[in-house]
Amino acid sequence: MSDILQTWAALTFNGISFGMILFLISSGLTVTLGVMRLVNLAHCGFAMIGGYFAMAAVDYLGFGLLASLPVAIVGTMIVAAVIERTLFRWVYGVTELSQILMTIGLAFVMVALCNIIFGPLLHALPIPGWLTGNLDVAGVVVSTYRCFLIVVAGLIAIGIWYVVEGTDFGARLRASVDNPRMARCAGINVRRIFSFTFTVGCGLAAVGGVLGSQMLPIEPFYALNYLILVLIVVATGGLGSLKGSFTAALIIGVIDTWGRYILPSGGGFVMYAIVLVVLLARPQGLFARA
Amino acid sequence: MTTIPSDRPIAASLRGAFTAHRLNWMDVGIWVVAIGAYFVVPTYLSLGTTVLIMILFTLSLDLAVGYGGIDTLGQGAFFGVGGYASAYWALNVTGEPISGLVVGAVAAAILGIITGPIILRARGLTLIMLTLAITSMLEEFAVTAKSITGGDDGLTGYHILPVLGLFRFDIYFRTAYFYALIVLAIAFVIARIVVNSPFGLTVRGIRENPVRMRLLGVPIRTRLIGLYTLSGAMAGVAGALSAQVTGLIGTDTLTFLVSGNALISLILGGFGRLYGAFLGAALFYIFSDRAAAIDPFHWLLGLGILLILAVRFMPNGLIGLTEQFQLFRDRRGGRGLDRSGP
Repeated sequence: MSDILQTWAALTFNGISFGMILFLISSGLTVTLGVMRLVNLAHCGFAMIGGYFAMAAVDYLGFGLLASLPVAIVGTMIVAAVIERTLFRWVYGVTELSQILMTIGLAFVMVALCNIIFGPLLHALPIPGWLTGNLDVAGVVVSTYRCFLIVVAGLIAIGIWYVVEGTDFGARLRASVDNPRMARCAGINVRRIFSFTFTVGCGLAAVGGVLGSQMLPIEPFYALNYLILVLIVVATGGLGSLKGSFTAALIIGVIDTWGRYILPSGGGFVMYAIVLVVLLARPQGLFARA
Repeated sequence: MTTIPSDRPIAASLRGAFTAHRLNWMDVGIWVVAIGAYFVVPTYLSLGTTVLIMILFTLSLDLAVGYGGIDTLGQGAFFGVGGYASAYWALNVTGEPISGLVVGAVAAAILGIITGPIILRARGLTLIMLTLAITSMLEEFAVTAKSITGGDDGLTGYHILPVLGLFRFDIYFRTAYFYALIVLAIAFVIARIVVNSPFGLTVRGIRENPVRMRLLGVPIRTRLIGLYTLSGAMAGVAGALSAQVTGLIGTDTLTFLVSGNALISLILGGFGRLYGAFLGAALFYIFSDRAAAIDPFHWLLGLGILLILAVRFMPNGLIGLTEQFQLFRDRRGGRGLDRSGP
């Protein structure tokens, strides 16, 4: 295989693993936006909280990366459930601008508290020994950890797909997304479904935050720095569409990685240009709800 | 999607629309405070000038968000483009300040005319994302195109000539403060005339009910593009002012934070009311400057809590509070809400 092809294959691979992380973080947000029309700008903060829970477990309890993952998920879900029950209850049904103001305020509070508790440094969680090093896949050298990421995130994506498409709960969730009023009439407790989905979505974001700390290091400004990226994934994929978010996350992950290789100084220019084109062609996103 | 809380009685809204000439305590009070600040706290004129410029910027955002219902997070694009254009003008053509403002306004207006038709196809979150994408592209461009924009260092080293050939810019910001204040006053008068003109009433109608306005024969797209361009031009003037008085324009003007802070100020002050921009921006920028000097992270904590409480307890912003007070006083005085004004 030629060098150029190898380089591009490696770039694409890295892009896919980055996209998987983006998908994990954005999956909860797309449902929040789709079901309750809640513009939650604090969503990335939950990924950050997950990262910090894992960091605390690693530092103080001596856990490994994989052992700290459940701690992060449970901790984040508890925080998310409490916040959903208290603060977010105030802003259901108010104007989008008020929601933006409230949730960005929440994100600010998260940033400040994480800085006060954990300090301003950047952290990447330690990778277990058996996941370090590189693999040679058909002549392309890729990092073992990124392979692991793609497998884990892929399994989670399949799990989400099964729950949404194949279970009774999934059917009720889809009904609530497609037509909340009709779903309510059919006896579905949309409120409770939403609370549950929101909490699980924050748990998924925590997984993304913990596993992605090599690419998106844990720091207090995490909640704001990656917010735009995640919002772009959700908007490009189409609000409320998990399939859309998955596709958009992969496309954006790959294109962003390519773009930064072609135009190192231009950063995300290529990605923003593509997003602009996609949203112009399909203002409702790639997989808009009918 | 409507963005305005429509809890105000229709009669009151109409009264507001048709009594553009009527003055209230706000019209006097704010300008008295602005001029008074010059004499009371002369050592803070640098901050004062920044606040005035940010009020102008927030005012421009109010035209788009508050009156047109165009939820944009990309207003910083106009600020940056206006600033860069005027800095370029000062570097290469002349340091005469007023022509620099015009150049900034024109450059931003051109950006508005180009991007307006693109972004106004969408509404809601897609619109927000499109404005964000355009601003981010401009930012990446400004960082990359070092030969034009100076890259991360920005543009600096230009000399601004005295205003009208008379008033030289001094290091105490005395000239700058009044210069910014006068520009703000002119912009405010223009904004007030525009929002109360037939044009302003139709864009408000579009915000409330686009379908009905279309049925009435209003060319919705054209009106919104017009409003967006005007709002952009005003933001461009703010950017040009900032570039002139600080002697520096950098890529940080194009970040999401600049647009976000202005939006926060606007919602905090109350949108769709012009004076909301004054209260919100003054409060936000004075507090953030003072608190950031003490401890940036505690400031962020305080701001976050303030924002959450603001949404809970004053959904119409600070200006909404003053209106409630006015209502309360009117009731106490036994006068109805829809009295015809003096």
